[in-house]
Amino acid sequence: MTQILQLLTNPLVYLLVALVAILTFIALNGLILVYVERKVAGFVQRRPGPYEVGPHGLLQPVADALKLVGKQLVMPRGADRILYWAAPLLSFAPVAVCLLPIPFGPNLAGLDVNLGLLLVLAFSGLNVLALCLAGWGSNSKYALLGAARAVAQSVAYEIPLLLSVLSVAFISGSLNFAEITASQTRGLLSWNVFSQPLAFFIFFVSALAETNRAPFDLPEAESELTAGFHTEYSGMGFGLFFLAEYSYMIVVSAVASVLFLGGWSGPFLSGPWWMLGKIYALILAMMWFRWTYPRVRFDQLLNICWKWLIPLSLINLLGTAFMINLVR
Amino acid sequence: MPDKAPFNLDGDYYSSRFSELSKGEGDTLILNLGPQHPSTHGVLRVIVELDGEYVKRAEPVLGYIHRMHEKMAEIKTYVQYLPNMGRVDYLHALAWNWAYVGAVEKLMELEVPGRAEYIRVITCELNRISSHLLWWGAYVLDLGGFTPILYAFDDRELLMDILQLPTGSRLTYCYYRFGGVSADLTETFMTRTRNFIERFKTRIPMYHDLVTGNMILRGRCEEIGALPVEMARRYGATGPVLRGSGVPYDVRRMEPYSVYDKLEFDVPVGQNGDAMDRYDVRMAELEQSIRIIEQALNRIPDGPFINPDVPDRIFPPKGEVYFAVEGARGKIGVYLVSDGTARPYRLKLRAPGYSNLHVFAELAQGTILADAVSILGSLDLVIPEIDR
Repeated sequence: MTQILQLLTNPLVYLLVALVAILTFIALNGLILVYVERKVAGFVQRRPGPYEVGPHGLLQPVADALKLVGKQLVMPRGADRILYWAAPLLSFAPVAVCLLPIPFGPNLAGLDVNLGLLLVLAFSGLNVLALCLAGWGSNSKYALLGAARAVAQSVAYEIPLLLSVLSVAFISGSLNFAEITASQTRGLLSWNVFSQPLAFFIFFVSALAETNRAPFDLPEAESELTAGFHTEYSGMGFGLFFLAEYSYMIVVSAVASVLFLGGWSGPFLSGPWWMLGKIYALILAMMWFRWTYPRVRFDQLLNICWKWLIPLSLINLLGTAFMINLVR
Repeated sequence: MPDKAPFNLDGDYYSSRFSELSKGEGDTLILNLGPQHPSTHGVLRVIVELDGEYVKRAEPVLGYIHRMHEKMAEIKTYVQYLPNMGRVDYLHALAWNWAYVGAVEKLMELEVPGRAEYIRVITCELNRISSHLLWWGAYVLDLGGFTPILYAFDDRELLMDILQLPTGSRLTYCYYRFGGVSADLTETFMTRTRNFIERFKTRIPMYHDLVTGNMILRGRCEEIGALPVEMARRYGATGPVLRGSGVPYDVRRMEPYSVYDKLEFDVPVGQNGDAMDRYDVRMAELEQSIRIIEQALNRIPDGPFINPDVPDRIFPPKGEVYFAVEGARGKIGVYLVSDGTARPYRLKLRAPGYSNLHVFAELAQGTILADAVSILGSLDLVIPEIDR
């Protein structure tokens, strides 16, 4: 036993264990979120949701996953074979890295790096490349339009996302997730959401857009583009995009929890359960939006970003910098 | 995998002709929406030429669900043709029932008992509500809101249960007969309808709270697809599409048939003719239909529900007749030519959706693709009715 623990002190082994743990978490989370999303949709729409497979439909996601795995992998005629199959993998792969530096508990992070925030932002930016490849590689007009929308949307919304995150980094004076969390452990009111409510709002809206969730799900707007960038995908190709979407929801919710809601710290009994609770509360809010709001239009989406979110986050950032200087 | 595709990847006659027209106009993309597409409601096909996200040209292609209803009339007797009428527009089947039955009655100068007239008004308006409800849900679905359609179906389910009592079917009704209707309204029908009205009166404000005031929805509807009166006239648009542009043309009011002239109701109109106005007009019509049903329920007289003098086989006299009613989508007209035999010589059906659809090609020009979808949805198209 002690030998095994000794082994864990080796950073490489520790990293490997953390990666495996994170991948397990992502896979389990995918199953849970499929069930939760369908149940939330059912609740919003006043119907029971999945009910047939297993007690209260609990085994429904397993059935869904089995169906996706069992399907034939189909590629449209004229599609670019390499790009077409690389895209879903590329979309899913960075998620594991994104979750590595996130502290789920006081000493529970896969990788304690000083630039954790930067790492997450950099790797989550890879997702848009995957969508772009999927749209281009499928040789389909709908997919191409979806990819074009995805690129424009992600590029635009990355700016307010970065600016709102920067103001938190200013306050904490660090890009290290553990340090940012530590600065919020002095009770409920030390959470950054109370000192930076505007930044939290901007971050959450931008995160919705970055993860292509409704009301900003334009890249896969089904009433216009049938399914956007993943129109031509079926089976596990689609499954990976699907899993990636849910995993990115976890990533942005985890980052939001750490940056603004105190991470693993709570008013009592601080620990990983607080972190998980906050993550899933934010995800539930995202699902609630999805099943309530209509979709915005493409130009409206960009107008919200360029005319409102970017100026507001800039003002917020300057104000924060000014206040920090004043306090010093 | 064979190198050569077993089908023509370059498209068919329509898309190639469409592409030829666009040659030399710069870098554009021809996109084929439909006939299987989530937002074309059935089998409408629209070919659009896109410049980025902007629609340069749009052209609807029809005929994917053409069933020869007009031709069928010529080989069937008058009574045999009745069930066809429930299948032209499956969402407001009773209005089509009425248009056909009314035309034959007008030609034969048949008398319709007072009770039958009120039964027709009540059932037709209930059917109108169910049609508008489905449009409401489907339109918000087009705009990306998933939930409202299930709320609309909640109410619609009750309506279909109610209409099932006298008609025996839930969607493709065949209920009206020459000189009346096929079955009388029961006490159960009356109480259920009254209960539904009480319930629905609380539902409409809820719909407005949940959907109409939503900022995103208003952004997607206001000033989108503004239809000028002149253009509506040019295309012969009728129904909520025309009334949304501010023309108070409602067949129930302008050319009253049955007992509509004895009933009090308003004809809601819009101002700008944009998608939001069409939305508002239909929502207001829900309330007006409720008003009409309430009055009719209170006034319905006793007596026979069908004229007993009408023979089983009818031979309308030689001549021609036109009869129009107000359907959920606009003016439904039946033009009937009889040569005195058991079968119509010619029957022409005027489907309101056909005229309303063609407004789309002009309205969609220069809009964003998402707006084109919004406009298409706001026209409330039922494709089987357009193709007939």
